[in-house]
Amino acid sequence: MDKTVNQKAWLLVLPVFLVVAFSAILPLMTVVNYSLQDTFGNNQFFWNGVGWFKELLDPTTDLGSRFFASLWRNLFFSFVILAIEVPLGIVIALSMPREGWRVAACLVILALPLLIPWNVVGTIWQIFGRPDIGLLGYVLNSIGINYNYVSNEFDAWATVIVMDVWHWTSLVALLCYAGLKSIPDAYYQAAQIDGASRWAVFKAIQLPKMHRVLLIAVLLRFMDSFMIYTEPFVLTGGGPGNSTTFISIELVKIALGQFDLGKAAALSLVYNLIILIVCWVFYTVMTNAGAERKPRTQSQAAAERNPAVELKPALGLPRKEGVA
Amino acid sequence: MARIDLVDLAHSYGGDHAPVESFALKPVTMTWRQGGAYALLGPSGCGKTTLLNLISGIITPSRGKILFDGSDVTPLSTQKRNIAQVFQFPVIYDTMTVGQNLAFPLKNRGVAKAEIDKRVADIARLLDLTPDLNRKATRLTADAKQKISLGRGLVRSDVAAILFDEPLTVIDPELKWQLRSKLKALHRELDLTMIYVTHDQTEALTFADTVVVMHDGRVVQSGTPAELFEKPAHTFVGYFIGSPGMNIVPAEVDGSKARIDGHVINLHRNYGALPKAAKIEIGVRPEFVDIAAPASGLLSARIERIDDLGRVQFARVRVGDAKLAARVPPGVSVSGNTAGLIFDPAHVHVYADSILVEGKA
Repeated sequence: MDKTVNQKAWLLVLPVFLVVAFSAILPLMTVVNYSLQDTFGNNQFFWNGVGWFKELLDPTTDLGSRFFASLWRNLFFSFVILAIEVPLGIVIALSMPREGWRVAACLVILALPLLIPWNVVGTIWQIFGRPDIGLLGYVLNSIGINYNYVSNEFDAWATVIVMDVWHWTSLVALLCYAGLKSIPDAYYQAAQIDGASRWAVFKAIQLPKMHRVLLIAVLLRFMDSFMIYTEPFVLTGGGPGNSTTFISIELVKIALGQFDLGKAAALSLVYNLIILIVCWVFYTVMTNAGAERKPRTQSQAAAERNPAVELKPALGLPRKEGVA
Repeated sequence: MARIDLVDLAHSYGGDHAPVESFALKPVTMTWRQGGAYALLGPSGCGKTTLLNLISGIITPSRGKILFDGSDVTPLSTQKRNIAQVFQFPVIYDTMTVGQNLAFPLKNRGVAKAEIDKRVADIARLLDLTPDLNRKATRLTADAKQKISLGRGLVRSDVAAILFDEPLTVIDPELKWQLRSKLKALHRELDLTMIYVTHDQTEALTFADTVVVMHDGRVVQSGTPAELFEKPAHTFVGYFIGSPGMNIVPAEVDGSKARIDGHVINLHRNYGALPKAAKIEIGVRPEFVDIAAPASGLLSARIERIDDLGRVQFARVRVGDAKLAARVPPGVSVSGNTAGLIFDPAHVHVYADSILVEGKA
């Protein structure tokens, strides 16, 4: 097949390239630049090579130990909220009504927490959980449970997790509901005819059809929870001690609290890399999980063994000079 | 396997108190014989899928009863009715293998493993699916998918009936023919009651030994393909079955004579007293009207065009305001714009308000 070669198409890509360059590549390069230098203020910088990265990845140093402690904390947090929000979201989506005015009511109620700004969510729970004036804290303490998220590590963690579940389970539920709605009625009717139990319907029809939206939900919730900052910062400020100090909170402490731009830059680059890698792993695993390994035909295998055949340029097509 | 009786069965999607005229299925009473091959034929929206879903229990009727072998199953759920149904768009459980798909209805009913394996192997053999049994049921062609959903219907040996809801709509014409022959063969082999919904008359007439024609929520006629062709009970049946459809012409009928456009044709039967207020029409299939050279004593018609269908030619003619189709007999060449029409009196039927009137011989 002859493909039309038209280098003018690059002009159409150019605006996007410029926007991305200014919004992403240049700032990122600035961070890379900082991560390789040390500064004592006054805009004076000294070359430090990969020194910050070495320190960051060595748990025996102060920077390294803080980084790893917050990293494990953060991974544990993401794991817990995924383990709660995904099954809970599925259950909510499954029990939502399919038609009538109740659908609209449910959707509005579910969407409410998603519409509240992060720091307001933090403030709501901060007040809600206070033992002296907060409804939750007061009630728990008056029925004999000694609850205080400011001084007790476990209480602080529980509050942060419940707050995140309250804030974000709706997202998972809404995504799953959209996935469920896209299943044609014929599937349910066929399952009825086939005598499938409720559980069999879930396993054979609903779960496979929700597969794609669940992938999106897990990715979104992982990224968001791994980057969480505002809500725990407002609620606990990373305390008590360092018990709810997640990576982003640590990062802000280093960058703005201590003004260690080099250390902070190195940390943020590694942080970014971790998110990219974990998302890539999630995505690969989850997209391959349902996919069938296609039996390769003889000709395909042959073509792979002898790729030169595929790469031969089409005859009679004059090479054009590139414009870009 | 069972005989299915519908007793005064009706359904309305607009609530039980809607007027009967708006019902999707108007009250119907009929019997489906055990082991019969039935086709439910009618245009889109005539209520045939509603009737099918009522029998399978996917929807609950507004009125009436459904009996399987004499016992009332109306309140029973689909699961308990023991019905198999194949849908217009094939439903495949694509996380399972082809074999697991076939085994699914049996597994859900707690059938023993050995029995399941045997049934699945049998059905796979019948449908030529044996080589694919262990393959994942994804990326299949439309006909393979439909064969699998068909297989899920057939795999249960004890079903009361198998219902098909336009199962071949999404299949290529060539494969359609093959699958239909397969269905017919399966019907003979397994002695099952099969009800086949379609809007395609060829499909209905080739598949079924009894065709049930539906129109506007009503069953207008149920009979063998030959009966539907030769003696349509309703003008709709005449018009819907056959290609071209039956000629329906307003006429005045008196005794054994019919008068069209001032011209008298003799009828085979005597229609004594027809209701005065009714709309009287005569119906005759194009196959039984011949074109001839204009002559006195023949109903004269103006020829509009000739349709050459290869083996046979039909002339489209006009008599007064009425349009008719008529056969051009072999050897007759049509010249000019006018022609005479010769009616075969044995095949001229009289309809009062669209319903067939039986005359006296």
